[in-house]
Amino acid sequence: MAPQSNRLPTGGLIDRSRTLQFRFDGQTFTGHPGDTLASALLANGVSLIGRSFKYHRPRGFLSAGSEEPNALVELRTGARREANTKATVAELFDGLEATSQNRWPSLNFDVMSINSLLAPVFAAGFYYKTFMWPAAFWEKLYEPIIRRAAGLGRASSDEDPDSYEKSNAFCDVLVIGGGPAGLAAALQAGRSGARVFLADENAALGGRCIGDAAQIDNKPASEWVAAAETELSRMADVRVMPRTTVFGVYDGGTYGALERVSDHLAVAPQGKPRQRLWRIVAKATVLAAGATERPIVFGGNDRPGVMLAGAVRTYIHRYGVAPGSKAVVFTNNDYGATTVTALDRAGVAVAALVDSRPVPTAFVTDIAGATETPLFSGSVVTDTIGSKHVSGVVIRNGGGETQKLFCDLVAVSGGWNPNIQLTTHLSGKPSWNDELSAFVAGTLPPSLSTAGAAAGKPGLKSALDNGAAAGAAAASAAGFKAVALNALSAIDESHAISPLWRVAESRGKAFVDQQNDVTARDIELAEREGFRAVEHLKRYTTLGMATDQGKTANVNALAIMAELTGRSIPATGMTIARPPYTPVAIGALAGHHRGKDFKPSRRPPSYAWSQEQGAVFVETGLWLRPSYFPQRGEKDWLEAVTREVQTVRSAVGICDVSTLGKIDCQGAGAGQFLENLYMNGLKTLAVGKARYGCMLREDGILLDDGTVARLGDQHYFVTTTTANAVKVFQHMEFCHQWLWPDLDVQMISATEEWAQYAVAGPNSRDLLRKIVDPSFDISDDAFPYMQAGAITVCGGIKARLFRLSFSGERAYEIGVPARFGDALSRRLMDAGREFGVCAYGTEALGVMRIEKGHISGPELNGTTTPRDLGLGGMVSTKKDFIGRVLGGRPGLLDADRPALVGLRPVDRSQRLRSGAHFIAKDAAATAANDDGYMTSVAYSPSLGHWIGLGLLRRGPSRMGEIVRACDPLRGGDTLVEVVSPCFIDPKGERLRG
Amino acid sequence: MRINCPYCGERSLDEFAYHGDATVTRPDPQSATAMADFVSYAFERTNAAAAHRELWYHAAGCHAWLVVTRNLTTHAISSVEIARDVAMKRASEAGERT
Amino acid sequence: MPAGRYSIFSVLREALRGHTGWGPAWRDAPPKPDYDIIIIGGGGHGLATAYYLARTYGLARIAVVEKGWIGSGNVGRNTTIIRSNYLLPGNIPFYEQALKLWEGLEQDINYNAMVSQRGILNLYHSDGQRDAYVRRGNAMRLHGIDAELLDQNAVRKMLPFLDFANARFPIQGGLLQRRGGTVRHDAVAWGYARAADQRGVDIIQNCEVTGFRRDGNKVTGIETSRGFIGAKKIGMAVAGNSSRVATMAGLRLPIESHVLQAFVTEGLKPFIDGVVTFGAGHFYISQSDKGGLVFGGDLDGYNSYAQRGNLPVVEDVCEGGMALMPRIGRVRLLRQWGGIMDMSMDGSPIIDMTPIEGLYLNAGWCYGGFKATPASGLCFAHLIARDEPHPVAGAYRLDRFKTGHAIDEKGMGPQPNLH
Repeated sequence: MAPQSNRLPTGGLIDRSRTLQFRFDGQTFTGHPGDTLASALLANGVSLIGRSFKYHRPRGFLSAGSEEPNALVELRTGARREANTKATVAELFDGLEATSQNRWPSLNFDVMSINSLLAPVFAAGFYYKTFMWPAAFWEKLYEPIIRRAAGLGRASSDEDPDSYEKSNAFCDVLVIGGGPAGLAAALQAGRSGARVFLADENAALGGRCIGDAAQIDNKPASEWVAAAETELSRMADVRVMPRTTVFGVYDGGTYGALERVSDHLAVAPQGKPRQRLWRIVAKATVLAAGATERPIVFGGNDRPGVMLAGAVRTYIHRYGVAPGSKAVVFTNNDYGATTVTALDRAGVAVAALVDSRPVPTAFVTDIAGATETPLFSGSVVTDTIGSKHVSGVVIRNGGGETQKLFCDLVAVSGGWNPNIQLTTHLSGKPSWNDELSAFVAGTLPPSLSTAGAAAGKPGLKSALDNGAAAGAAAASAAGFKAVALNALSAIDESHAISPLWRVAESRGKAFVDQQNDVTARDIELAEREGFRAVEHLKRYTTLGMATDQGKTANVNALAIMAELTGRSIPATGMTIARPPYTPVAIGALAGHHRGKDFKPSRRPPSYAWSQEQGAVFVETGLWLRPSYFPQRGEKDWLEAVTREVQTVRSAVGICDVSTLGKIDCQGAGAGQFLENLYMNGLKTLAVGKARYGCMLREDGILLDDGTVARLGDQHYFVTTTTANAVKVFQHMEFCHQWLWPDLDVQMISATEEWAQYAVAGPNSRDLLRKIVDPSFDISDDAFPYMQAGAITVCGGIKARLFRLSFSGERAYEIGVPARFGDALSRRLMDAGREFGVCAYGTEALGVMRIEKGHISGPELNGTTTPRDLGLGGMVSTKKDFIGRVLGGRPGLLDADRPALVGLRPVDRSQRLRSGAHFIAKDAAATAANDDGYMTSVAYSPSLGHWIGLGLLRRGPSRMGEIVRACDPLRGGDTLVEVVSPCFIDPKGERLRG
Repeated sequence: MRINCPYCGERSLDEFAYHGDATVTRPDPQSATAMADFVSYAFERTNAAAAHRELWYHAAGCHAWLVVTRNLTTHAISSVEIARDVAMKRASEAGERT
Repeated sequence: MPAGRYSIFSVLREALRGHTGWGPAWRDAPPKPDYDIIIIGGGGHGLATAYYLARTYGLARIAVVEKGWIGSGNVGRNTTIIRSNYLLPGNIPFYEQALKLWEGLEQDINYNAMVSQRGILNLYHSDGQRDAYVRRGNAMRLHGIDAELLDQNAVRKMLPFLDFANARFPIQGGLLQRRGGTVRHDAVAWGYARAADQRGVDIIQNCEVTGFRRDGNKVTGIETSRGFIGAKKIGMAVAGNSSRVATMAGLRLPIESHVLQAFVTEGLKPFIDGVVTFGAGHFYISQSDKGGLVFGGDLDGYNSYAQRGNLPVVEDVCEGGMALMPRIGRVRLLRQWGGIMDMSMDGSPIIDMTPIEGLYLNAGWCYGGFKATPASGLCFAHLIARDEPHPVAGAYRLDRFKTGHAIDEKGMGPQPNLH
């Protein structure tokens, strides 16, 4: 292993006592704790790290932070491989593996760099103008080639093995950014007693305090940062969250934040997530996210070795790395010139300080003088020289003379953009600040203020003062009494700037958006073609759409467009950011909601017992219900279901129906209330009786069906379908609270309170007699069909008995408090053994309801009326109810509408299938002849053939007709006969016993 | 978005279910113009880009229906009322008129 | 001068001279005092309407007025999917007409909008869902549209990385429409704008409508931020803002505005070929030609005119994504945004005349407007040109709520946030 050739002998916030090994493109290197992958690679003299998206140009490190457009790698391997990771923010850990992207066969020799030669063709938007002939070639030829070239890194091909968490947090003051302003704000708010959250995307707090060699209170600023951290850590109500990016602002003072809990480790420690999503609700927020330096657009400005000036200083001060041995500094502002001092102190030769401003400021001449650096005022770097790394620059002075200088590092500063992205998430508009030549926040999200460089106050002293004031104001807005500010001594470095956006005289490709390979010429082309609105420009050229969201590109692009159109920058447009501030892993946003835990599982009371019986379960909404109970020797589900149906029809069966919605409804107005809700009359429902009922939506369409039992004078017990339990309860609350608030009625959902079993079959009464306490008479005289009442079972356990039948047999539903549900299922089965009992599931339930022609989910599909389903006769004409008026619209009364019928195959051996469409026997199978469709089918054990229900145009008038059940999707037509939907016991003799 | 439920306090959006416009009231079903009135009630909306009175249901909370006044361009909530109170007031005012 | 014809030859010619010969894709036209037809709304639908008015119906003196920049509404804010896998007879022929127009669009308008028919697969996770998809697939087949039912094995072969091992709602199969796919959304607006412009249509940007001028019950023009513009006929194609514009004409529509969020990830090497929709949660996804995963889910669920949403839906959608394809856990979401949907009371659109003479309405596209763009333009142009509905759009009447002829694909009733 080579030594870290570019590591400075001293300095940096790295732990030199420990050495970490890592691999990049298979080669092993070393670094130290505190390094990023980028700083460690730079320390090892590696500057070529990736290839660009379109032209496959060699790329290195432009920045030292999350704005990085170029240095993207695949980090880790196997199932943990993550594409497009910015090496500038990836913390180094022992054993880290990274691979370069978007190159073949190797980073050094990339075949696709031939694209660079084709660049004249590949101008912005060229694909909109070609690849159109012949038409069929797009999917077959052109697009596959384009798609092969698409993307940068590869997603892992395996399931993400790490876990993610979500947390909610509430605080008085949220401070975003832990640089000088953010630290000052957090300290001030914390001192006033506010509950403070301080989040910073970096592992280390300090921002430019640790990137620059500044002084606070006559000590290195990094010492002040350490002291501030200590003070904050001692405040009980302050939480400092490094490695945490506040990525989005949402309504109501809600902030989304991502904490990278374990990304700096080889694997997440046992029990820890990889990352944690925070939903932070803050009373007041201080945005102190600093500023991002922007490059100047000039020829070959993308070549490895060209770096933002601030990043150069950060690599020197924070990481103890010299990013080159001979530098040229190119700036349009004073702050950029401080890089000369930093380089000089680090022992890096500076070949030139190139300042585009014709008249040098005293600040600049002082630096040049002190460091004996040649100053090129009124000059620009037009182009870089080199192939995979900068070997020199071309400098052009105000008189147009050019000269070449050798160097291996170009530090460039085009000024700084305040990081105001979060202020635009709630549609806030930035405003232009001429002095800074940058956008600052305009309209702010409610209760958010900006501070420091983010507020357009970049000097260190200003940032400290402004941050403290913002922290105090935020605490006071959250209701805390401010404590006195104690001013710190520091100086404001000069940030004087004369904007230079691009060097017009450049000959080489001058990149604006480095990741998406958008050049200054592309912007000229967009302007020429009329794509002048900023959104047109972005969409046409793909500017700002890359993984860095244009953090170093957007303002330069806007400025170039302004130059081209002769408008001011603010008149040209503005840059509005959308969340997230930096990209967020989908796994983190999903948390633990994946696999079996995607949604909660609801288990009916008999779940454990059913599982012991070997039941096959089916997802019914969130419920897991037994669908059938296979017995040994049964070859498939059909055989099991057939047995269950036959057992119910000949003996007795037990089915857990606890999932049906149950609503307890009481009060003097309860009767009237239900009368308003149900389409059928309930006035005559006597105490101790139950009745089938249907509710409509206000538009006259069926909402749900179920039963209403009257348990007392002012006490009703309503059931709903399983699917609509929540919806119907919400609807009833709506009707009560909003439509008829004066009715004296109270209701509660009792679905979970009662375990309820259907006990169905000719032997059901005999079985129940062994369960129901003897003081209750359940003879047919005392407890006839549609009787309902409170009873006790098994020696005094309170229960409810309803004589209802979905199967068409003599049947009961018996309910006990849910805690007795498991026991009751066992007791019922024990008691039923002598009567030949079996447990049956949802499949048998479905078969029997189809045999009886009862409607269910497939018929209650949100588009059917009572008349459509043969329930027209139930609709009351004597009262008003929800859905009555609009149910009378002509379209819903049209006799031509499909209506419910039964169907059986003409050839009884044929199988029917749901979803087949009906076509008149001799008509062509076309849409024009589509007469409806099959809603439900079942093999009827009772009849020995398949049967179906369907919605057939004018169905009830077509009894006996033979139609085709047409199923082109699965192949095959079946001739079916239209019959009554009730296949079994049409007079209902069995259910009455 | 956070809604300040008068019963439960300020809670996150995901506890609530949305219904819609609270300015439409269920017409008199016995009126001679009932059909036209119900068509308007059920289907037609002003839908202005301004303050919007709307019904929310505290589904994962107290089950109260609420009348929330919320600006549709900023999502800022200016008031939260208990729907039943609003409905009672509406009923008593209607009673006074007739 | 507008640009000439686009071709590989023109691109090569321009490559040799630094692309200096291209002209504006469309003229930035100033408003004239009056037109025969004004289309309000320079989105996909409005621009397509203007194009077909000129090209198919041979009309002239047409303007499109747009309050901002063209394509700034939902044509530039969607998830780019095209398909015709509808259920109801009122919808199927219309969306199939759209798909047929997409298939010939690029040659027709001489603009490569990258119509890419890589298929759309709707997954089902229960018998009931399968039956519903069979009903739908059969309805499509009876209309002569391609549809295939896949079982679990066939889905696994196509997308082996879906969660087949540990899913809460196991994948049983899917309904596949191979002709479905995606289109480069912005290019649709630009392509129609350029093609309409070449046929003489004036495209007037930064021109906001502030009112209608009427003579009795007949419209005579529009008041705008750039002055009055007269017109014999006026078509509104401003989905997302239909109620606001209609209010200026005194109309109250069966529409609510809702926000729908969409998402894109960082660019990745391709691994998802077509469009996949999850049947057990709110999640659908495709991968763009640039490599980003483009995905979305459900409406936020409340009325809104802000083009942004909130966190619960972001999380809900990503949960669906992880439940369906757990390999994307480390893939990063790059951008989220919101579009304003004209949610109609039955989830289906309106293309109809209004009670005001000369004023035509194209609205209520819910979140299905992008795929409809060409047919919407054609049918709206037909209605404006002929004063009768196009045969495939006859069901999209404004009065269908009054008559009880709702076109409710989801069966949710007049509750727009549930469609």
